Amino acid sequence: MRVTQGTFSFLPDFTDQQIHEQVQYCIDNGWAVSIEYTDDPHPRNTYWEMWGHPMFDNPDAAAVVYELNECRKVYGSYYIRIIAFDSSPGWESIRLSFIVNRPSEEPGFKLSRTEIKGRNIQYSITPYSSDKPQGSRYK
Amino acid sequence: MPDGNKKLDAKARYSAGVLEYKKMGYWEPDYLPKDTDVIALFRITPQDGVDPIEAAAAVAGESSTATWTVVWTDRLTACEKYRAKAYRVDPTPNNPNEYFAYIAYELDLFEPGSIANLTASIIGNVFGFKPLKALRLEDMRLPVAYVKTFQGPATGIVVERERLNCYGRPLLGATVKPKLGLSGRNYGRVVYEALKGGLDFTKDDENINSQPFMHWRDRFLYCMEAVNRASAATGEVKGTYLNVTAGTMEEMYKRAEFAKELGSVIIMIDLVIGYTAIQSMAKWARDNDMILHLHRAGHGTYTRQKTHGVSFRVIAKWMRLAGVDHIHAGTVVGKLEGDPATTKGYYDICREEQNSVSLETGVFFDQDWASLNKVMPVASGGIHAGQMHQLIHYLGEDVVLQFGGGTIGHPQGIAAGATANRVALEAMVYARNAGRDYLAEGPTILAEAAKTCTPLREALDIWKDVTFDYASTDAPDFVPTTSVS
Repeated sequence: MRVTQGTFSFLPDFTDQQIHEQVQYCIDNGWAVSIEYTDDPHPRNTYWEMWGHPMFDNPDAAAVVYELNECRKVYGSYYIRIIAFDSSPGWESIRLSFIVNRPSEEPGFKLSRTEIKGRNIQYSITPYSSDKPQGSRYK
Repeated sequence: MPDGNKKLDAKARYSAGVLEYKKMGYWEPDYLPKDTDVIALFRITPQDGVDPIEAAAAVAGESSTATWTVVWTDRLTACEKYRAKAYRVDPTPNNPNEYFAYIAYELDLFEPGSIANLTASIIGNVFGFKPLKALRLEDMRLPVAYVKTFQGPATGIVVERERLNCYGRPLLGATVKPKLGLSGRNYGRVVYEALKGGLDFTKDDENINSQPFMHWRDRFLYCMEAVNRASAATGEVKGTYLNVTAGTMEEMYKRAEFAKELGSVIIMIDLVIGYTAIQSMAKWARDNDMILHLHRAGHGTYTRQKTHGVSFRVIAKWMRLAGVDHIHAGTVVGKLEGDPATTKGYYDICREEQNSVSLETGVFFDQDWASLNKVMPVASGGIHAGQMHQLIHYLGEDVVLQFGGGTIGHPQGIAAGATANRVALEAMVYARNAGRDYLAEGPTILAEAAKTCTPLREALDIWKDVTFDYASTDAPDFVPTTSVS
């Protein structure tokens, strides 16, 4: 399966040139761009690990693409995403978030059902990969 | 000013009998509205022979303190304060028999935090008043002091996106069709296919409540099976608007509690449940981490005709105060009423921190929303993937695009229909961000995306000629050169 979180997961994976374009769009809007990575793609895993701080005051998307490739050297088998933060009043939140690196194999998620009272079912979603300890989940 | 419009001294004013409203103090052309006043703008159509100023004064009177005759008990009150004041009457630019009347209301006329109380005055008896042929509430200015007495949207656009982990693009939805007749099991199938295929949301229709063919608990149980399956299949947070509309508040709370127990991220109500019920459900939603979707069922009975009723821009303002997170606000290009400029006005009211006067979009007042959350507008009804460039151009990024027929009617099935919409959307946002003239190049961008997505290719082929091009019944009346005071 393909984890389709993020703004562009239904498009073919981006080249570095395409990533550069999207990052520059964020920078031109005054947003601070950040790189995050994880080996736990659970839909509600909010806090991926940060590859440094958001790059405040950085005018050039090339610096982000450079950092992304540095991150890939270490975490090339992980999910990596680009996130853009908007500090303007009324937002103060994320404005764009897209996956730029993913494991070569994505085993997906296990859906567990616990039958509780009556016909109610309690659902639980677990990435198959999370059975393994952090750091050894993807090749 | 002719003498006939002048106010009277106290003795003449309070002698028993019948007086013209404009002489009773409801017409004050020199009045300067206070920052704390509620201001209403009415479109009035006086009966033949009725002076427009007297008609405006009568509207002010009947929507505040007046009755048909003089009453001495007024003098026991600070009646000057409580009288609404018509202070400006302009002929409408395009219709000689209609007038825009501006009326200011003292803040103390209204109970804090109650849409029911506000509307009982502003759209109460006055709408049946005989000297008027027709009356329409066009817009309102709500002072910050009053706005702050309302909770506002339970969740708001920013937090909704954070909860859904979905940024940078419109959300995608679809209403389950056929709207009536599916069993719970069959209904959940549509939900599963649409969410798995790429939508963020599916939706109960307004009249899906608890009928013989599908009782509400069955629908909720099967829908949540579908939502969780789709979430596991994609790694995304998914939702389905479970409509909790019912005959009593007790029943609605019961259904909402069950939706929460099942782990739904969103519930839904219909506008026809009434303003107080909407405020109650908004409070419940805030207390229970629930996104609250409002379907504007019934609004067309009073919003659509230009001469009589309440403009939808006013309903949108009331609903932002009342506290819904989603509101259907038009598509521009779809099958339901929606002039592009008027629709933009509605969207601005839902989403901006502050609205500025913009007569071309029908917004007559500056409005400060005082940090109330923003409402996510929903575009639903007769839209399809081939219009994606127009939809993003007209409606922007913070909107739920709902393709019901445009998902479920896809020749390769529901999941393929959903995928077509998602690919079209992402391709268009990508092109926009990359700096392309996506409105002009829209069809080309979609054709390029369709090269790697067969479902999109098929969607573009089958719906390529579908448009709904009819004259609008509710375009703004304004003269571009008129200065605004």
